[in-house]
Amino acid sequence: MSEQNTYLPYLMTIEKVIKEAPGVKTYRLKFQDEAEAEAFEFKAGQFGEYSAFGEGESTFCIASSPTRKGYIECTFRDSGRVTSGLASLEEGSTMGFRGPYGNVFPMEEWKGKNLLFIAGGIALPPMRCVIWNALDLRENFKDITIVYGAKTVNDLVYKSELKEWSDRPDVKMVTTVDPGGENADWKGEIGFVPTIVEKVAPSAENTIAIVCGPPIMIKFTFPVLEKLGFKDDQIYTTLENRMKCGVGKCGRCNVGKLYICKDGPVFSKEELNLIPAEEY
Amino acid sequence: METKYIGKDGIEKWFNAIVASGKRVFAPVNARGQVDFKPVKKLSEVAGDYIQTTQSIKASVYPKAEVLFSYEKVNGKVNLTDFDPESVPETVLWKVHPCDAAGFKPLSAIFNWDTADKLHNAHLIKTSVISFSCAAADESCFCTSVNGSPGNTSGSDIQLTMLPDGGAIAEILSPKGEALVALLPSVFEADKGEKKEKYLVDLPARFNLEEVNAKLNKAFDSTVWKEQSERCLGCGACAFVCPTCACFDIQEDAHGSKGRRIRCWDACGFAMFTLHTSGHNPREHQSQRWRQRILHKFSYMPERLSVVGCTGCGRCSRACPVDMNILEHITSIAKQ
Amino acid sequence: MKKLRDRAAELLSQGVVSLVIGYEEGTKRPRPLFCRNSESTEKLIFDSRCFHNLAVYITKKELVGKEHFAVTAPISTLRSIMQLYVENQLSEEKLLVITVDLSGELREFTTFDEIAAYVAQFELKRGEREQEILTKIEGMSREERWKFWMEEMSHCFKCYACRSACPLCYCSKCVVEVNRPQWINPWPAPLANMEWHINRAMHMVGRCTACGACGDACPVGIPIDLITRKMMEDLAPEFGYVPGQPAKQGNALSSWKLDDREQFIR
Repeated sequence: MSEQNTYLPYLMTIEKVIKEAPGVKTYRLKFQDEAEAEAFEFKAGQFGEYSAFGEGESTFCIASSPTRKGYIECTFRDSGRVTSGLASLEEGSTMGFRGPYGNVFPMEEWKGKNLLFIAGGIALPPMRCVIWNALDLRENFKDITIVYGAKTVNDLVYKSELKEWSDRPDVKMVTTVDPGGENADWKGEIGFVPTIVEKVAPSAENTIAIVCGPPIMIKFTFPVLEKLGFKDDQIYTTLENRMKCGVGKCGRCNVGKLYICKDGPVFSKEELNLIPAEEY
Repeated sequence: METKYIGKDGIEKWFNAIVASGKRVFAPVNARGQVDFKPVKKLSEVAGDYIQTTQSIKASVYPKAEVLFSYEKVNGKVNLTDFDPESVPETVLWKVHPCDAAGFKPLSAIFNWDTADKLHNAHLIKTSVISFSCAAADESCFCTSVNGSPGNTSGSDIQLTMLPDGGAIAEILSPKGEALVALLPSVFEADKGEKKEKYLVDLPARFNLEEVNAKLNKAFDSTVWKEQSERCLGCGACAFVCPTCACFDIQEDAHGSKGRRIRCWDACGFAMFTLHTSGHNPREHQSQRWRQRILHKFSYMPERLSVVGCTGCGRCSRACPVDMNILEHITSIAKQ
Repeated sequence: MKKLRDRAAELLSQGVVSLVIGYEEGTKRPRPLFCRNSESTEKLIFDSRCFHNLAVYITKKELVGKEHFAVTAPISTLRSIMQLYVENQLSEEKLLVITVDLSGELREFTTFDEIAAYVAQFELKRGEREQEILTKIEGMSREERWKFWMEEMSHCFKCYACRSACPLCYCSKCVVEVNRPQWINPWPAPLANMEWHINRAMHMVGRCTACGACGDACPVGIPIDLITRKMMEDLAPEFGYVPGQPAKQGNALSSWKLDDREQFIR
């Protein structure tokens, strides 16, 4: 029978392990099967099911950019049975991956526009994929602004990349930590992400805002953007509801008529208005 | 489609021929005070007088727990062994009610929406359904309110309508049905022209599905969910006896270097179902979970999958320890 | 019935309580009713068919909130309420317990001691069903018992109706949901089902008051209530308990004494 088993993962080798923050790691993964590597394609915004054999599967976005070929990356926090199983793996170990799943950021439509990235905490990974995608095709976009915040300096992920972005003349990079989360060397902003956005955001004119963060941050950032003149079709986010299958069957991520895993995870605010906010 | 007549003795001979063909036969059996589908070898084992089995036949095409694949870790590498569709035995489901057979359509719609589900389909291909139309119903039955009927043939390969002489009208509905007839064609006689409808229970519709759907489209913020669900205990009884509930969990059965990934039944009524690792729970309250159950079946599925997620079998109402009666609740929503 | 309805209406209209949990006629048998205003008390009933254990609701904060509330309780429910007091799950200030005694009079309790004094009149006895099945099981060899229960457990599909219906299963995270480590395999399979039921039984030893709610709730008809009932019957004399009379001395398996006759505990 030619039918594929959706639940059978690709086997991946962990090529590189980067410690990002306490409990947070990034893995660079390579397909063990060359034909699978060849055939694999994804776009910014998609996610997958990553498995630690012996523990189970967990859902994260693909954190690397589709412009970087030959590997995928994922960033996760050691916070449950599966992620702690993943975190205990070493370079060279085998893990599983199913995907790519879900829809994509409409980057083609964003050509010629300014991009405003807003991310909080461990939600930078889905954004990082889009940021690198945009930076690798820099000529397609006008001004690029990144606002990234975390609870404390320690909790900021991709620290070397944050520096790389802030050193680039063609990126306006703003990092912030919650009040009390700063240390003696901290040179960035101090304050919650929505507050900082209000302070540093570019004009809403010809700008797309991409917001990624915990539900609470998203809910407080939307009104700020609205105040700044952003229309609902200029605001995008990516949701991370609990998922098991990733392909619209297991029922967990069903919110209103939509399935986050299939209709999302990327939504414009215009689309989000169609589903009840209390359920994501 | 072809209609035939099969006599009382013919039914038994044909049943024996099906068993003799080596196929697994599941039929309702009365044991432990409950009627449920079990493997049978003799027609005499099949339960006679009952309205509804406690559980639906869902498990025959969507097992309670099923191995998606297995793996072995060897020297840092992992070897995968895929699910083998050939491992699924040929199965005949005998004396299925039309509301149960009708559950195959919504189940398959869920499993094959966009991405085909190899496991579910492997079971479907190997399963033949011989349904018996219903001559009786109880106060929990409402198939006629959800596009069904006591003689609905959706999901059936053959449907028998029992006649007073102990024989039956046999509607042969699919190539799988024809293959079953071919096991003992001699017992199938020419149709005697009996009208099937004469032998079906009269079950007036209790609500109008379109009306309910229209009400539900505007009911998300209604107080009805909290009112109806106050007594709900948040167990999974309703979901597990339902012929169309398909929500599942994926779990790991690990033993040293070997393991299996397992898909098992889950239910949207459980508090943990949507709980995020962060502690955030989008459906924190039982009322939200009850709303999800009803909206998913009567609003989201019709819109997304073009099929209603309820066949009116009434099992959830019968199984509920606190009388969460779906017919009563839907009827009250229709009247709102 | 009228007395109960009138009293419930009075309690609500006078603001003594903001919720009365009782029974109403259901589609097959009486079912729980939540009265938040005096009009709804018209539906209240209380008779021998009202055995669903309403004590399961009185620890749900989502339902009872912070306000004062009342619950109608037959003897089996009173026993559960006593046990919940023993386990510090209830506040005497907030809860008013109402029952109808054998003479048809309303009885109201606001303290553990009042309930205990009332319940002490009633000896916990096996009913016909319990007697029949337990006698059968007690006559079995260990191997036969294992076979009997494995067969019964093979029908379990882990809907957890037993857990949901039990007033004493009030944990916000059940042991079966803990996955670091994964104590119990969460899928339904005969052995994994047995793991769950053994764990459930062990968590109930010395706590179960034999209300039978778990067995009654089981949609596939497993007489699981008899496991915890039998354990209660066997354990009570060993630890100086009266079955069905929760005592403030603490639960058998979660309390200890300096003068315990067993050496290992000292």
